[in-house]
Amino acid sequence: MIAMPKLVRPLGTLLALLAIITGILLSAPPSLASTTSPAPGATTAPAEPSPYKIGGVMRNTDGPVPGVRITATGEGFSGEATTGDNGTWSIGVPVKGTYQVEVDVSTLPEGVELAKGTPNPREVTFTNTSNAAAVFPLGEGIVVQSASFGEIFVERVIAGLSFGLLLALASVGLSLIYGTTGLTNFAHGEMVTLGAVVMFGFSVAGFPVWLAMLLGVIFGGAFGWVQDGWLWKPLRRRGTALIPMMIISIGLALAARYTILFFFGGATQQLPGASSPIVEIGVISISRNTLLSLIISLVVIVLIAMLLLKTRLGKATRAVADNPALAAASGIDVDRVIRIVWTVGGVLAALGGILWAYYRPGVTFNMGQQILLLVFAGVILGGLGTVFGALVGSVIVGLFVELSTLWLVADLKYVGALLIMIVVLLFRPQGILGRRERVG
Amino acid sequence: MDFLNIFTNALGEIVSPTTAAYALASLGLAVHFGFTGLLNFGQAGFMAIGAYGFAIPTLLWDVPFAVGVLIAVVGSVIFALLLGIPTLRLRADYLAIVTIAAAEIIRYVVTTNELTDITGSANGLAAFEGGFYAMNPFPQGTYNFGLTSMNERDLWIRVVAWTLVALCCLLVFLLMRSPWGRILKGIREDENAVRSLGKNVYSYKMQSLIFGGLLGTFAGMIFTLPRGAVQPANYQTELTFFLWTCLLLGGMATVLGPVVGAMIFWVVLSLTQGLLYGAIEAGYITFLTTTQAGQLRYILVGVALMLLMIFRPQGVLGNKKELVFA
Repeated sequence: MIAMPKLVRPLGTLLALLAIITGILLSAPPSLASTTSPAPGATTAPAEPSPYKIGGVMRNTDGPVPGVRITATGEGFSGEATTGDNGTWSIGVPVKGTYQVEVDVSTLPEGVELAKGTPNPREVTFTNTSNAAAVFPLGEGIVVQSASFGEIFVERVIAGLSFGLLLALASVGLSLIYGTTGLTNFAHGEMVTLGAVVMFGFSVAGFPVWLAMLLGVIFGGAFGWVQDGWLWKPLRRRGTALIPMMIISIGLALAARYTILFFFGGATQQLPGASSPIVEIGVISISRNTLLSLIISLVVIVLIAMLLLKTRLGKATRAVADNPALAAASGIDVDRVIRIVWTVGGVLAALGGILWAYYRPGVTFNMGQQILLLVFAGVILGGLGTVFGALVGSVIVGLFVELSTLWLVADLKYVGALLIMIVVLLFRPQGILGRRERVG
Repeated sequence: MDFLNIFTNALGEIVSPTTAAYALASLGLAVHFGFTGLLNFGQAGFMAIGAYGFAIPTLLWDVPFAVGVLIAVVGSVIFALLLGIPTLRLRADYLAIVTIAAAEIIRYVVTTNELTDITGSANGLAAFEGGFYAMNPFPQGTYNFGLTSMNERDLWIRVVAWTLVALCCLLVFLLMRSPWGRILKGIREDENAVRSLGKNVYSYKMQSLIFGGLLGTFAGMIFTLPRGAVQPANYQTELTFFLWTCLLLGGMATVLGPVVGAMIFWVVLSLTQGLLYGAIEAGYITFLTTTQAGQLRYILVGVALMLLMIFRPQGVLGNKKELVFA
């Protein structure tokens, strides 16, 4: 459909693309790094940052309550914290377990007391997460969630947008790969994990946050490049059909996941600045990382969209997605376009992984696998193989996941998104933006 | 290193109930993929339905063994219908993604804390196998078989499991020779040709999905009975992919392939674990911990799956002419 009479020079464009993405990343981290300042009410006990935290917010009807002393004891450990100006407090603890958390009632301001029936001290037990919450409602008749439904709703929408856009980073890459090669890549989740794991590795080695992040993203791109060069291109040459390729990607996903587990271990680790302060915008309070993540992914996605729509490489990519044979006949180097698509897909997935590690928060060996199905859901919702459909679909999935927590228990929030995907397939199998003839 | 013990353990895997469960579930995948061309990536979901569908009524209402099995079977059929209705008209990769999503939905639902009273959430359920072992005809005692010996419970579950595998293999063999099976193979080769002969392709695909899913459901019960416990963590997508490895190892469009594949899979896993752990304990390997050795084996599973698909897609027993993809 899109005729490309001249040979594109994708490599130069790729470098330009990488440079632009690099530029974004370089400009973003300083603001990100500022979030590494310790949360108010910093812990007094452990010198090294602990991966497990007990935390909460002390707030009154009038707003946050600063300067309250809270102690946690248990598992042979005791620590204390004082609530900061925004009422938040957190205590780093060495191991997961059960702790007695007590509010020092004498440090509460005049006229403020714990709500009736609030156990003090209260028992806090870690479940599967690395954070445990201990909420002490203050004053009379205060319910734990003091914010109104409208405020919570807006907060969930912002969180959902942030989550949806980071999903979109991964799903745009997946969709580009599907569009140009026809491969449903089950190893995309591991490309997501790789970004966060590499960033964690470099930040532990002492690299500054922005450099570690950049290296994580570069490694992601390199992984995409190597994957195509060593695995997928030879397979395309052999004429391997799509279903075997899909199964090969499953094998690759298993091998990559357990390789990461082999080197990284099964524990949940935190990236620097993972516990960010809460930003108050009007009545809405939202984590700063969530907000930053939203901005970063938005900028990157707009850039990718511009690249696809405005540049020759973007045109070539769309041409290959439309009809590889015709594109090749028009003088487009199809293999080269596909290589770039894999590299960009790797870059986007790695960036999505880093943002996902901040969003969850935590880096684990299977974090990419956890969102892989949501990424698929986004891609299918929007229409398999359409890039903008993947974007729209992912944002819908992200919003749906976060908003469903208003009505659904939190551990079922992914179920809603997956169900929506199945329902959409029932009524509009080509997806929201997909074209009818694409569905067999 | 105690080589004799390592080899005995590895050989014991050939007849273990877990191997039987894997063989049965892979046989279901052979019906789906090898004979009909359906990409089911949600076999773990069918197994979970077998395990929970049996365990929940047994614990909740104290139903007899046979009723528990029947409820699991009904649940499995309903699950297959729900999966099939939106996806069987679409291209193969849609079914793949929907089945994997549906299996995960099941796992999330049985893991949620809201339903702890029914499903036991992440801890799962236990102590529901009494009805099964009450039917044990073997008197109490130790039974010796050459190198290995087992008690009457181990013997009973093995006899039941492998009898079931043998019966299902026979059933699949006969079905695939029947006109019904020929239509399934026809759908695999060319859906439109079968449709032009006046066959209702959608309905045949659905029957295949239900039948293969039922094999997975029985596998779920066999998997969970000897453990006496069912936990959601056992039914992750990895389980499905291991089943696919077994299927592709043995040969996808064969009846005995999945059984042989499951045996090879477990013998190799047990052998590598025994040898690696032995070498680590004896100090021959110092750069690995035993945990890492366990993970190393699963890296090998992934690599093996890739290599199989690239170099020998027909598996050990398969016939290259019967490949779903040429």
